[in-house]
Amino acid sequence: MKCQYCSNPATVHLTDIVNKQKRELHLCQECAEKHQLIQQHQLNLPAILHAMIGQYVGAMSDELARLACPACGMRYMEFRAEGRLGCPHDYNVFRVGLGPLLERIHRASRHVGKVPRHRVDVGRQVELVELRQKLRRAIEAEAYEEAAQVRDLIRQKEATG
Amino acid sequence: MNLETLTRSSGEWLRGTGPESDIVISTRIRLARNLAAFPFTNRASAHQKGEIEAILRDRISKLDIHPKLIYVNIPGLSPLDRQLLVERQLISRELAAAEGPRGVALGPQETVSLMVNEEDHLRLQVMRSGLALDEAWQDIDKVDDLIEQRVTYAFSEEFGYLTACPTNVGTGMRASVMLHLPALVLTKQIEKVFRALQKINLAVRGLYGEGSRASGDFYQISNQVTLGKSETTILNEIREVIPQIINYERQARAVLVQGNRQALQDKVWRAFGTLRNATIMTSEETMDLLSSVRLGINLGLLEDLSIPTVNELFINTQPAHLQKLMGTELDGEERNAARARYLRTRLREIGAQPN
Repeated sequence: MKCQYCSNPATVHLTDIVNKQKRELHLCQECAEKHQLIQQHQLNLPAILHAMIGQYVGAMSDELARLACPACGMRYMEFRAEGRLGCPHDYNVFRVGLGPLLERIHRASRHVGKVPRHRVDVGRQVELVELRQKLRRAIEAEAYEEAAQVRDLIRQKEATG
Repeated sequence: MNLETLTRSSGEWLRGTGPESDIVISTRIRLARNLAAFPFTNRASAHQKGEIEAILRDRISKLDIHPKLIYVNIPGLSPLDRQLLVERQLISRELAAAEGPRGVALGPQETVSLMVNEEDHLRLQVMRSGLALDEAWQDIDKVDDLIEQRVTYAFSEEFGYLTACPTNVGTGMRASVMLHLPALVLTKQIEKVFRALQKINLAVRGLYGEGSRASGDFYQISNQVTLGKSETTILNEIREVIPQIINYERQARAVLVQGNRQALQDKVWRAFGTLRNATIMTSEETMDLLSSVRLGINLGLLEDLSIPTVNELFINTQPAHLQKLMGTELDGEERNAARARYLRTRLREIGAQPN
């Protein structure tokens, strides 16, 4: 079997199965290392993540590619390029794309374990991130009166959270 | 405590005590946490990073932890001091290299470090000498509880603690145990161990984390999965596998001693002789030779030298530590000469002799 990137013999074979769909990568050692899919003794998870995001966004058509987070402005394509999310709300906004990824990384999709005693509901969290971004824009535009109003609103929301 | 005093000790993780400390160097647990109301660090503006830092710095200063944590402002540190903290495993390479407002709160014993504005707003870390998963978890859980009383973490019922990278979401916990495995390396069985660990979703990394080389035969074993398993389950999975690796390493050591004691002794004494006599020493060579010496001490092939002393040599020959000890900045070549000089002097002071 030949490497998918160059035509050397493939010696690294990566397989994953998500939602009963099997995907395979066949690479030579050099390409696998070059693309940081393997690193010395370990699988490089961030790099696999990066490659996986690429594969999924293709499979899921334009829908995902058009998604952007209303709270932080992060677009799915940026997440794909950087491998990092923009704010807590992205977990909801990019749910369709993230689900298979989480399944691939963790073989699970739901949290088990410690829960903070002090919580605010998700809606309130989103609202706060949005207000923080509004504050940021106001400060950047030197609209200090608006900034002061938004800041008061944030304090109010946080106090009642 | 200030940074100057750090170079006078080896820190918690190289203290060389604790259960199974001939093989297990240290246990470390970290938790990734974010404030609910802000974008993640990579998405936050400089102003927002400033706000996040101010909030966390204030809350950390009010924590009921004794002795008090000391907050260090990272941008205010010289590159050498940042590197010093990285070498002591008190901050990540990422935090040292990042930009903008960020810092770290350190406990005087160097067991606790709280990094602010790392990839996540807050990275809590607890370190213990030897194999001490339970103690490390109890410590970090408590610190996490104390902080949580004062801030609102980004959390969802479904995904758990929300993190910038989906590889950390859920518990946000990475527990790792650092092992010294020279005999498994010498007997070429180490790859086999790695493959077995990967099958059960545990990751193997070098001394300084992701992507770093396993210099000095130090390996960190840690959990890969953070979602869908409780902290207790994850810790148990690591706890179960560590004694097996320790066993393999002990068996490999026994094989080496029984199979060819003289060859092993020769290797250990040559390493010792080189450390005591060379005039140019790279960091890499030092790590490799000290690894052999450490093995020799544990197998009774070298006397008059203790594990804590070897650990001290390990840390003090790292580039930033060496420059701190010499009191001046040195380039690569100067460092190699200074490192050799330091090793010669220290080993002669101790008067260690091959056994």
